Amino acid sequence: MHADSPLIGQPIPRKEGRDKVTGRARYVDDLVFPAMLHGATVRSPAARGRIRAIHFDETIPWNEFTVVTAKEIPGENCIALILHDQPCLAADAVNHPEEPVVLLAHADKYLLEEARRAVRIEIEPLPAIFTIEDSLAKKEVIWGEDNVFKKFLVEKGDIDSAWTSAEIIVEGEYATGAQEQLYIEPNGMIAVANPRDGVTVWGSMQCPYYVHKALVPLFALPKEKVRVVQTETGGGFGGKEEYPSMIAAHAALLAWKSGKPVKMIYDRAEDMVATTKRHPSRTRHRTGVTRDGKLVAMEIDFAIDGGAYCTLSPVVLSRGTIHAAGPYECPNVRIRSRAVATNTPPHGAFRGFGAPQSIFALERHMDKVAQACGLSPEEFRARNFIRTGGTLAVSQIIHESVDLPRLMERAFALSDYPAKRERFARENPGARVKKGIGFASFMHGAGFTGSGEEFLASVVSVEATAEGRVRVLAASTEIGQGTNTVFTQIAAEALGLDPALVEIAPPDTAAVPNSGPTVASRTTMIVGKLVQSAALGLKQALTAGEFLREEYSQEEFQRACADYIAQRGVLRSTVQYTPPPGIHWDDEKYQGDAYGAYAWAVYVAEVSVDTATFEIRVDDFVAVQEVGRVIHPVLAAGQIEGGVAQAIGYALYENVVWHEGRMVNAQMTNYIMPTSADLPPIRVHFEENPYPFGPGGAKGIGELPMDGPAPAIVNAIENATGASITQIPVTPEVLMEALLEKVPSGE
Amino acid sequence: MPKKNGKIKITMRVNGGEHCAEVWPMARLLDVLREELHLTGTKEGCGEGECGACAVLLDSELVNSCLLPASQADGASITTIEGVAHGEELHAVQRAFLEHGGAQCGICTPGMVLAAMNLLAKCPNPTEADIRMGLAGNLCRCTGYMKIFESVIAAYKQKGDR
Repeated sequence: MHADSPLIGQPIPRKEGRDKVTGRARYVDDLVFPAMLHGATVRSPAARGRIRAIHFDETIPWNEFTVVTAKEIPGENCIALILHDQPCLAADAVNHPEEPVVLLAHADKYLLEEARRAVRIEIEPLPAIFTIEDSLAKKEVIWGEDNVFKKFLVEKGDIDSAWTSAEIIVEGEYATGAQEQLYIEPNGMIAVANPRDGVTVWGSMQCPYYVHKALVPLFALPKEKVRVVQTETGGGFGGKEEYPSMIAAHAALLAWKSGKPVKMIYDRAEDMVATTKRHPSRTRHRTGVTRDGKLVAMEIDFAIDGGAYCTLSPVVLSRGTIHAAGPYECPNVRIRSRAVATNTPPHGAFRGFGAPQSIFALERHMDKVAQACGLSPEEFRARNFIRTGGTLAVSQIIHESVDLPRLMERAFALSDYPAKRERFARENPGARVKKGIGFASFMHGAGFTGSGEEFLASVVSVEATAEGRVRVLAASTEIGQGTNTVFTQIAAEALGLDPALVEIAPPDTAAVPNSGPTVASRTTMIVGKLVQSAALGLKQALTAGEFLREEYSQEEFQRACADYIAQRGVLRSTVQYTPPPGIHWDDEKYQGDAYGAYAWAVYVAEVSVDTATFEIRVDDFVAVQEVGRVIHPVLAAGQIEGGVAQAIGYALYENVVWHEGRMVNAQMTNYIMPTSADLPPIRVHFEENPYPFGPGGAKGIGELPMDGPAPAIVNAIENATGASITQIPVTPEVLMEALLEKVPSGE
Repeated sequence: MPKKNGKIKITMRVNGGEHCAEVWPMARLLDVLREELHLTGTKEGCGEGECGACAVLLDSELVNSCLLPASQADGASITTIEGVAHGEELHAVQRAFLEHGGAQCGICTPGMVLAAMNLLAKCPNPTEADIRMGLAGNLCRCTGYMKIFESVIAAYKQKGDR
């Protein structure tokens, strides 16, 4: 094969694509085991209280059912993740609506549903809290001593003295709502479990080893007695990062007691009402600038609603905190952040993971500060953009070359921003439908935060078969984003092979090493690099053993594998993550190299706002980003387009309506995600700037497109109408209020 | 439609083959296809006719099989995703989805492919607006639809070339 990257940058066909377009791909609900039962969950009707009694209606023949409560858990009653505070089944108390209390199984899923409705959980209610402000004010203390799961303090420079040099001070407060991941395949698991063989689960998930970690203490089993297998997964977006551990635990408890395989599939309503969503947030900004528009002080107070248990809130908070001051150079920064408890189901991972929340606030606020300085949003940002050698809020020096002005120029050219800004200003007065154009500039760090990747210490193997096929062994999951295809490209490229010779082993904890969770935009950049190193290690084993010369044909490679295996046995190369040189992170001060690399972006949104019906339409969307080298142009553009679509939903349509801690619009009928008729053309452009420590120069990409669209759209709404909206989603009701406020009555 | 123990016997032509099944009258066509006929390519995304993952062609009309009582499918001719390719040879729409990134996680893909086929059958040279409206009953959370539009355009261009 050619020496100069024949595969990196090429749109090879999606590895499992044929199975997907023919309907042959097998998702968890497509699997049927002999003698299988169906499982169901009985959940708390109250937000907070003590469990007084569980009543089983006598009309149901309960002896035909398998019934499990907290008492029957063989090991520790918790879903192990960061803290062990979340029970697998509530025992004495409930802390949020829909908390699991009783599990049922039966062979007939229709009778099962009748039985589920015939269990009544009697609760002695306790006062509950549902907002960030009530939680911070300790209206009730519902978790720990002060309702605070985690807090961070980031300090740069000396902000207390910096205010004196500020000529203009601008304050603002911003809020974002919850968001449902809404993968089209609902969550589900199948378990086989008994004391002799241990526990095996198959299901829809992002992180097989997270599920493994949760099942081991729950069943008090040795690690090798627990096996977790990912089935084809119909979307995740973070929503299948932590909650699958809960469902796997429930299915396995029912299987353990019944002695039969148990399938547990959530229907859409249960998935929406009971599983995690994006954390709602509230951010306060106080910003000091000089008259000529240079940032001198940024004080940011960022708070997120974590729901009833800690789950992943500390790390969501971490990412949100680190991204809160954005891609700007400011000598004096203080960011205080807190993740707090409320009596709603725990909020969790969702693409962007805290960053979309804090970036919404920042990029709305930057437009406000620009206005206060009498500068255009673009001129103000250009005066403060971080440059190569500059220092972020966490005191990370940016060594890579970063060129945000170039991204902005490109995005403005593609969107015709300057001319449209002018034209809309001319044409809007008197028009019922007003047009606006706005943008956001931002970055997203790839991989686990700080020392996270070092702690994960991910492992990948690449092995060869006697037929000269190459197999990648990793726990990283294909969830639609293209893991299988990108790993194939990377391994085939490293070995100079046809991609058809590369196989990706199914993620199965009994067969693949722990390459870490499939989250945090880390799969291509971090795990892909390990795939590359392991593949090169395989080649090295062959050349060092003199089975293969440095230059070889595909046939010679295959013969060499056969010879090696015949003479020496297994041919496998295993590598473990080591950080790139010069990476330092201080967990105490929260300072240092927060991420190995950042993707940088400028997104432009154009909107129409109907001032009579209060409808908002995004007419055009331009997404320009630098993500290192693009490994697969079709998959990469697909990631950006899909992320932008989700973020347009986040900005305008996707409104979780809460009542007493419960989502009341838990249906696709009234929780509205964008359809093909709602979206603008999403125009994606990549600037390439290879990252030396990513495979083929790639950086992470998956979460980036979730960050920018919401503030770009709300900035465009302000450009169209003059209304300064500080919260998302901007439903017609929110817009109506904002526009009516702007126009004093009588006018 | 003879009855037995409250169940009814229905006959459907599915992907060209005759199939009989004994079902409850209000059983969903989706469950009959998946559980009785083991055609699991038809997916359940919401169970309320919003997402289109369960879409099949019934007498050449695109229907959400989660909303259709099986009794109404008696005597009908049904195409599911399993009946779209000819053996190993993919349909032009399937090929286009494969080549143009129209499928990501794949869960909406069976319904989306059938919706695209239905669109092209009724409107062989669709405008972008036709495509957007023609697919608006099928939700995709991965792609933002752009690559699906490209796939549909590629499919009808391929057909035109032939």
